[in-house]
Formats: sequence, C-alpha cells, structure tokens
Amino acid sequence: MTETQKILVLHVGLIALLFALNFILPAYHHGNLARVMVLATYAIGYNVMLGYTGLLSLGHAMFFAAGMYGMALSIRHLGFAPAPALLVGIASGAGLALVVGLLALRTAGVAFMIVTLMFAQTVYLTILLAGRWTRGDEGFVIQQHERVLWGIDLSDPSSRYLAALTLFAICLFATLNLIRRPLGRVFVAIRENEERARLLGYNVFRAKLFSVVISGTISAAAGASYGLLFGYAGATFATVQYSIFPLLWVLLGGTGTIIGPFLGALFMFYLIDLSSGVTNAYMLIAGVALVVLVMFAPQGIAGELRRRIWSWLP
Amino acid sequence: MSVILSTHGLTRAFSGHVAVNAVDFTLNEGEIRALIGPNGAGKTTFVSMLIGRIAPSAGRIRFEDQDVTDLPAHLRVSRGMAYTFQITSVFGQLSVEENVALAARRRLGRDRVAVRAEVEHALARVGLTDHIGQTAQDLSYGHQRLLEIAMGLAQRPRLLILDEPTQGLAENEIAAFKTLIRSLVPDTTILLIEHNMSVVMELADRITVLNFGEILAEGTPVDIHANPLVQNAYLGSG
Repeated sequence: MTETQKILVLHVGLIALLFALNFILPAYHHGNLARVMVLATYAIGYNVMLGYTGLLSLGHAMFFAAGMYGMALSIRHLGFAPAPALLVGIASGAGLALVVGLLALRTAGVAFMIVTLMFAQTVYLTILLAGRWTRGDEGFVIQQHERVLWGIDLSDPSSRYLAALTLFAICLFATLNLIRRPLGRVFVAIRENEERARLLGYNVFRAKLFSVVISGTISAAAGASYGLLFGYAGATFATVQYSIFPLLWVLLGGTGTIIGPFLGALFMFYLIDLSSGVTNAYMLIAGVALVVLVMFAPQGIAGELRRRIWSWLP
Repeated sequence: MSVILSTHGLTRAFSGHVAVNAVDFTLNEGEIRALIGPNGAGKTTFVSMLIGRIAPSAGRIRFEDQDVTDLPAHLRVSRGMAYTFQITSVFGQLSVEENVALAARRRLGRDRVAVRAEVEHALARVGLTDHIGQTAQDLSYGHQRLLEIAMGLAQRPRLLILDEPTQGLAENEIAAFKTLIRSLVPDTTILLIEHNMSVVMELADRITVLNFGEILAEGTPVDIHANPLVQNAYLGSG
C-alpha cells in the first residue's frame, strides 16, 4: 500500500467505525460519543493553528462561542431556521477570526497567547453584558421544534449522532486535504522555521491569517453545531476553561496529527467520566493521568503512534 | 554589463554601534562577487539588508532598476533574490524532498510534476539525490549546508546570496561547490560571503572587502591579494 492509501484507509476506517457504533452502542455511550465528536471537531480547528502552524492560542473559546451564539441568537431573536442559523454561526466565527487574526498576529509567542486570551475575555464579558439577549450565565434553551434541520429532528439521539459524525467527518477530511496542499505545507514550514519560510518568498503573515481564519471557522462550526445538537447556548462555553480544553485535547491526542484531536477529546472525556464515577476528587485522577501521559508520551497518543509504528501518520 | 543590484549610502546602526556605514555598492549582472572582511566587519548585516531581513537605518537598495528598500523580504524573493543562511536553517523535521519542494513551490505552484522535477534537479546538482527521503535534521552538517544551497537553486533566483556556504564542507565537497557555482553564471548572479580564501580567489570575478562597516577595497582577486590595506586589516596591524 502507498502512504496515501494507508492514510485513506485509516481515516475512512475511523469514520466507518464511528458510523457502525451508531447502531450498537448503548444509549449512554452513544450520547457521549456524539458529544465527543463535536468537541473533537473543535479540537481539529484548534489543531490547525497549534499543530500545523505553530500558533498557540489561549482564546479559542471565543470562536466556539461565536459559532454557538451566532447560531442560537439568530434562531431566538430573528426566527431563523437551523440551516441559515448554522451559517450565521459559522460566518460569525470566520469574521471574528479575521479581525482577531489581523490584530493578534502582529504579536508572536507569549504575547500572542495573551492577546488571544484577552480577546476571548472580551467576548465572554460581552456575552454577559448583553444579558438582555443572551441571558448571560444562565443561557437559554433552543426548543425541540427549532432544531429540525431539513426535516431531521436533531434532538433525536440517532439523528444527532449522525449529524455530529457528518460534521466531524467533513472537518477531518477538509483538514487532511488542507495539509497535503501547498497552503498546508506552508503552514508546516512556518511552524518549523518561520524566518526560512519568509525567505523562500512566502507571505508569512497572510498564511498565518489564513490559518487563524480556517481554525476559527472550524471551531465556530463546532460551537454552532454543539448548540443546535444539544439545544442550549450558555456563557460557560466562552470561559477560559473552554479555551484550555482544546489545548489539552490536542496535546494529549498529538499535536500536528489529524486523528490526534479526536483521540485526545475521547480520552479526556472518558477519563473524567470514569474517574468521577469512582471519587469526588476526579480531577486529581485526571491530573495524574495527564502528567503520566505527558511524561511518557510527550508527543501525545497519535504522536507516539507515529513515532513507534506509523511513521506515515499525517 | 548591466547593474543588477546597487546600494546607495546603506547604513545600519545597532543602538549606537554602526555595523554598516554608508556603503555604496554595485553588483553587475552575471558576475560572481565575493564579500570578505574580518569577523564583525558587517558582512552579514549588509546582505541581511539586501534581502530584507534587517531594515536599514539609512540608504537605498535598487534591484533590477527598481527601488526595493521598502519591500518586505518575501516580495524581494519573489522578484528574484534568494538567500542561504550562514547558520544552517533548513526545516529539520521535514524530509529533504519537502525542504526543496517548499523552495520550488512558491514559483511553480500546484504543478506537482514540475515541483518534483525541480526538486530532483536541484538535489542532483548538489549531490544529495540519495538522501531525498531522509529527514533533514538527520543529515550531516555538511549535507545540511548542501541542502541549504539546493533550496537556493530550486528558487531559480536572478541573484543568489550565499552566506558562508562552504563552512563545514569537506574538501571534495568544496571542489564540487566551486564547479556548481561556476555553472550557475551568467544566468544567476552570485554574491558570496566567504572566509575560505581559496574559494574566494578561484571563484570570484571581483572581491569587495568590508572593514568596520565600510568598503575598504574592491577589485579583482589579484588586486585584492596585493592590496596592503587589506593585508593590514586581516593581520590586525592597521
């Protein structure tokens, strides 16, 4: 098998496996996995910046929230149907990413992290301040009848699962395609050695801006879908915690790998889920597991797979 | 012979210390020019201003009859300048092939066949064909220097600036390097910073000597060799 075939088999196989699980998983895990797939999509977006372009953002919750609120507010206040509402959500994230990118990319390294963190705080506070429309911390529910997309009731578990899988698959293959194209290769070149990339004649600022916009757009698509699939929008999703989550998922799963974000999100979701069944101090167990993983598999799960057995893993 | 690059009053000061001082410099199309001088003479600062890595404090740079002083580095590169780093600066985690492909792709775009052909061509010229699948950081230091040069070649520049290209190369590799550089002119103009005097004397059409940020002398290798000012600068008795 050529490398391309191996890559296809692995990623198509993952999607096929997830599809099959729709029919066999017990209800509890079925619901969990739907959630994990949407969160993994969020992490895929994050990974475009961190894993492939080497840009560490501490404010990605703003894009997730922009997608979620762009979608939810246009349903609640403008009476939009789910499809256009989703588009509004995605466009909100893309627009926000463009503005944030134009400003934040004037900085680099730690300054970039802080600037993105501050922008995310601004978005969070804006959501709280606009409580008249957003209902602030409390958030609001999107009613079942507002969640029917092209005749499909997204509150139905199976439909919800398949919708999450569709979103996940689209974003997975879109990023897989991206990093094999010239633009994605330039992202990697910037990650590896920005000065060299510039002196090969690449407009590094523009490439990084593309990366931020693509990353923000995918994150917003995840946020909008999350709101629509689970029927709720709340300011919690704009907090710092939700900026740190994708960072953890990607680090655990393997930065700069296509399946890493999914593996990381899945691993951490179940780590917290299982440990909270054992003890109240579940964050302690989660913390220890994270430390162990970082010590013994610093490149994350998929990163270790790539190092040990699958050197072709993209 | 027409002028491909010129500077007028090019100056760079680093918090009071003038590294390059009002340099007027002219490079003719198709020549091999060596830039030499003692350590700290301002050679790397000077070429860094040419390519756009460092902004000048004063002065202008013209490339192919256009003022490029205010252009960012990537636009100078797209106009036909290329630069290879003094300290090896390849993409360590990427394969040798991808390193050169990145250099070729900006010009050739999505044409995979053309990019692949260019990569093979450039690697063959520096003798790295057998290493095409290796990860760049696994190459020996000398081979990384050659990869750096291959990346310069794959850009098919009009002007190639090489910053100490033979540093770390073995004798036979230096000999191959000289042959390679000779084969590039006159299509490509070469500006070479070099410490290895045998390379300078054998390759260069003309030599420019920098000392304390100023041009001390300029001329053919024979002239420079006989110039007492240059000898003083190098022996430190001046």
